[in-house]
Amino acid sequence: MTDVAKKTDQVTLTVDGIEVTAEKGELVIRVAERMGVAIPRFCDHPLLAPAGACRQCLVEVEGQRKPVASCTQTVAEGMVVKTQLSSPVAAKAQAGIMEMLLINHPLDCPTCDKGGECPLQNQAMSTGRAESRFKEEKREYQKPIHISSQVLLDRERCVLCQRCTRFSEEIAGDKFIDLMDRSSGEQINVYRDDFFGGDGTGDGEVGDGEGDVPFNSYFSGNTIQICPVGALTGEQYRFRARPFDLVSSPSACEHCASGCAQRTDHRRGKVLRRLAGDDPAVNEEWNCDKGRWGFRYATATDRITTPLVRDAKTGELREASWSEALYAAAEGLKAAISRGVGVLPGGRLTVEDAYAYAKFARTVLGTNDIDFRARPLRATGTPVSVTEEADFLAAAVAGVTEVTYEQVENAPSVVLAGLEPEEESPILFLRLRKGHVKKKLKVTAVSPYLSRGLEKLGAALVAAVPGDEAHVLSTDSAVAEALSAPGSLLIVGERLAEAPGGLSAAAALAARSGAKLAWVPRRAGDRGAVDAGCLPNLLPGGRPVTDAAARAALSLAWKAEPGVLHGTPGRDTDRIIAGAADGTLGALLVGGVDPADLADPKLAEEALDAVPFLVSLEIRQSAVTRRADVVLPIAPAVEKAGTYMDWEGRLRSFDAVLKSTAMTDGRVLEAIAALLDVTLNTGDVHAIRRELGSLPGNASPNRAASTVPSVAAARAAEPGEHEAVLATWHHLIDLGSLLDGDQVLAGTARPSVARLGKDLAESLGLADGDLVTVSTVRGSVTLPAAITDLPPRVVWLPTNSPGSTVRRSLGVTAGAVVKLTAGVPGSILAEGAL
Amino acid sequence: MTQPRPEVLQKLTPVLTKRWLSPDAWQIGVYERLDGYLALRKALDVHPDDLIQLIKDSGLRGRGGAGFPTGLKWGFIPQGDGKPHYLVINADEGEPGTCKDLPLMTYDPHSLVEGAIIASYAIRANRAFIYIRGEAVHAARRLRHAVQEAYAKGFLGKNILGSGFDLDLVVHSGAGAYICGEETALLDSLEGFRGQPRLRPPFPAIAGLYASPTVVNNVGTIASVPYIVLGGADWWKSMGTEKSAGPMIYSLSGRVVNPGQYECGLGITLRELIELAGGMQPGHELKFWTPGGSSTPILTAEHIDTPMDFEGVAAAGSILGTTAMQIFSDQDCPVYNTWRWLEFYHHESCGKCTPCREGNYWMVRTYRRILAGQGTVADLDTLQDTADNIFGRSFCGLGDGAATPVVSTLKWFRDDYLGYIEGRTAPRLSEKSLVGAH
Repeated sequence: MTDVAKKTDQVTLTVDGIEVTAEKGELVIRVAERMGVAIPRFCDHPLLAPAGACRQCLVEVEGQRKPVASCTQTVAEGMVVKTQLSSPVAAKAQAGIMEMLLINHPLDCPTCDKGGECPLQNQAMSTGRAESRFKEEKREYQKPIHISSQVLLDRERCVLCQRCTRFSEEIAGDKFIDLMDRSSGEQINVYRDDFFGGDGTGDGEVGDGEGDVPFNSYFSGNTIQICPVGALTGEQYRFRARPFDLVSSPSACEHCASGCAQRTDHRRGKVLRRLAGDDPAVNEEWNCDKGRWGFRYATATDRITTPLVRDAKTGELREASWSEALYAAAEGLKAAISRGVGVLPGGRLTVEDAYAYAKFARTVLGTNDIDFRARPLRATGTPVSVTEEADFLAAAVAGVTEVTYEQVENAPSVVLAGLEPEEESPILFLRLRKGHVKKKLKVTAVSPYLSRGLEKLGAALVAAVPGDEAHVLSTDSAVAEALSAPGSLLIVGERLAEAPGGLSAAAALAARSGAKLAWVPRRAGDRGAVDAGCLPNLLPGGRPVTDAAARAALSLAWKAEPGVLHGTPGRDTDRIIAGAADGTLGALLVGGVDPADLADPKLAEEALDAVPFLVSLEIRQSAVTRRADVVLPIAPAVEKAGTYMDWEGRLRSFDAVLKSTAMTDGRVLEAIAALLDVTLNTGDVHAIRRELGSLPGNASPNRAASTVPSVAAARAAEPGEHEAVLATWHHLIDLGSLLDGDQVLAGTARPSVARLGKDLAESLGLADGDLVTVSTVRGSVTLPAAITDLPPRVVWLPTNSPGSTVRRSLGVTAGAVVKLTAGVPGSILAEGAL
Repeated sequence: MTQPRPEVLQKLTPVLTKRWLSPDAWQIGVYERLDGYLALRKALDVHPDDLIQLIKDSGLRGRGGAGFPTGLKWGFIPQGDGKPHYLVINADEGEPGTCKDLPLMTYDPHSLVEGAIIASYAIRANRAFIYIRGEAVHAARRLRHAVQEAYAKGFLGKNILGSGFDLDLVVHSGAGAYICGEETALLDSLEGFRGQPRLRPPFPAIAGLYASPTVVNNVGTIASVPYIVLGGADWWKSMGTEKSAGPMIYSLSGRVVNPGQYECGLGITLRELIELAGGMQPGHELKFWTPGGSSTPILTAEHIDTPMDFEGVAAAGSILGTTAMQIFSDQDCPVYNTWRWLEFYHHESCGKCTPCREGNYWMVRTYRRILAGQGTVADLDTLQDTADNIFGRSFCGLGDGAATPVVSTLKWFRDDYLGYIEGRTAPRLSEKSLVGAH
């Protein structure tokens, strides 16, 4: 009847006597897997190119003289495959390989971390023999060797499947590990002098030789996860648990806006490790080392577990009961409402908690003075009246979910501006790289220099001096050309806000070229906070505060008194800080914000000192809690349920991994609101989700009320003699609040260097590695120089890395003019001498 | 020493070896006086496709061991594909017992250069490489000298002899890895990577050197080309047998009076070759021998009349290989010899695949134990089984080569093994050699 014509790209074959249809080019091992036939394997990995190295997956194919590796054999019409289930030849071949894999394996499963979840152990059970016939001595190696501060290698356990080296080369582009030596002495190792002139064993500490290069990849943890034996282990987890004692909970990563699915393994209330979750639409099966290992902040010794209030008599913070602290917070905020309360919720919130802050600000505090952005909003010197980014977020980001990872991978061309994907959104980086390597995606980067990360994307550089981005986006023909093909994407980072006119130019360029536009912030909660209304110009759901109809609809839904929702956009982060510093605002309600991340940390701390009343909702002691009048402890991500919204706008919901009495921000805010006779209804994520779901639809006309900004493109500053324009962005692993205290992870951070071009190096008489001092009137940063192909008179510094705290030390943002001197500044030496 | 009988002497067909004894034949002037570079002139006058057809018609089969028809291989190169084509000559001769290419390149390097130019012209390659074994320093020196001379004479470079055909020929020395004689490992090594065999498909004819269509041929194969061009396919086929046409350099080593290279038509027998080599050494009686290097199953005295062509040797259960015939006598021990070969294969395994890397590690140690008088009968079954688990299971042919002498000596000479195990034969290795043997 419905005789569906057989697709020409399909073939029919039989596996173990069962007829099966497969896509042309599909591997035999994959077809068998679909049928439920598990062929043992080690080197095979669905996301890596076939290797055929371990030979464990041998099967018999009719007409072939020898058994074939099913992980490299593609299907063919009429092929007759016999696996170990139906072929004695295949079964014997597999048993033979397994026996040989085990002769040099130490069989130290009782002390090996992998024991219990080890493909070698499992498949030795299914395919191996009970007793070994091997009577000789096993190969031995010095063990373990640290191939980075984080990753350890026990070479004698290795079966040389090359999954780790293939991942590093094919997926991450970090070929720091490779096969060394040959024959039974073949081993995985990092590049070391030992192999090229030393005694050639690869033993000893990495770093003994001048040419030693450790495994400093941001993605190194994935090699541990895909290692089919216990050869690669992580410093944090080694010898700490048995897999069968662990409870595994699905989770979502809280570190950046990439939105990785994760698996958190815990035991008796303690997280032991985190693994990349499997989500083909987002992170595939990978994550970055920050996401994998950056979880110790939640158990740091300075975790706050009890509310604190400032004692009226002593002026010191003291522990208090929840009721006392909540009452103090409510009273203090109530008293300040008439003068105004600024709300700085920070960018690490779940959508639910962000919504609670947004609703709390509007319904309890009666203010639009709320801004999640804990970073520079504009270039140093740009008047606060310019609200370019907030306008851009309202018009082009809130409620928009147009660009996905899949589109990135399959786009013909992507233009990046104000975004360094490897440092600021590592999984987006991996997807861009996949597109580049496998699908000829062309990447064009508007950036001061071609970083190693951009090189790995094969990116074409459109060099832009910081501050010039808007001009480049508006006028550069290479950028326009790169967006000419249908399906091209323009992906901008949050840093583009620091280039005057940058976001306006990006929006205009997208409109002009027809390219879809995506905005990639750095923090996990940033995007959700936009949509939840944690902005001075936006209510939840992307409703402009200026839209009377939207306010009315929301008032109705919130059962708020008429007139509670103001129609005037509130203060943004910079203005809230300014308002607190000059005494305009009566109180601040601050979430997870580190003043050091703000445009001017000194001013921010002055504001926190000056504001009459300060409420802090925090996990750990911070610069904010130390200054607060009331400190209310809240739950870290692992102890609460919630949802992050990734840069795509995709929701990443998770349940609490650990049972805890710690409360969410929303629950705490609800309690404060209750004391002020407002029912916030944000105490429970399910209640919030229900409420979010029941909010009236935000009809598109409302959003049309927000128009993209049209700030004129500025030009970069003109530095004078011995001056340069500052370029800066964050390293992935830096001094961020969620990473401090973890020395092992910090060991894999990129070294802090000051990058400058040949012109500056020559005029200052600097060679690579010489110290250079970058200074402003505020202070200075002294780092080794790294001569880089930068535009003339540009210097680059890591924003917040050891020895380079740009905002605190220099008090400026990208695009500012800074002074350069060779060597260490005399004044600091003089101070030190005093 | 006995003189070979005239009818056996007549079986010598010096073609590729004909200049070896001429003084200074490695110099271009001498080479040219001895018919050198005549074939090149002739070849450049005909269409490349006709050259490929000529080689097909001649029945030339690869001299590197596998005996693949050369004309067919050249025909696989897609023409008009817009991609660069490459000719890569495998001069990484390293198989134990094999010694035909190195003397050829030492004494008559121009024949290889001339063959390379003609072959490149046929497959439309403008760049050719000779990948020569790193240890073969003298041969490489002669070869580089020959290439320089050929450039100076206009046989290499731009517009060769006014034909409009350009060719650059590069002599590349390897770094001492047997595995780089495997053609895909050779290509990886040539590209600057670690020498390990590649996954096939794609085959080199489609994606070889730098992912472009590439012909990889043995030295002997390419050096045969000028003679076929000059003499014609019918002349070439007048030597050898119907399916194994042409002359072949047989390298005899071991217990014969005059070891060396004897070029005869394919199909000659070992009995005749031994006669050409002056007979067995006095007091030695043939016990076992390799027909084509240590990777080919050994044969015994009973195979002395086997025709030494591709089909004849296959029928006897072995492989013609590189016609490197190592002759062992009743004073040689097959167990000891197998161990020596295994040490070689173990040392030269690239380590990529499990059976070759681990299996050789295991077998070498078992042999050491047997030769030290500590073997057991069960070891023989384990050896046999391990060799079976390596053969046909490894990524490339190296593993097969290692398993082969084990299987074939166990088949023919099990009693020699039992001699060590049962204490009838004095141990050849001391127990000391086992200490720390890993």
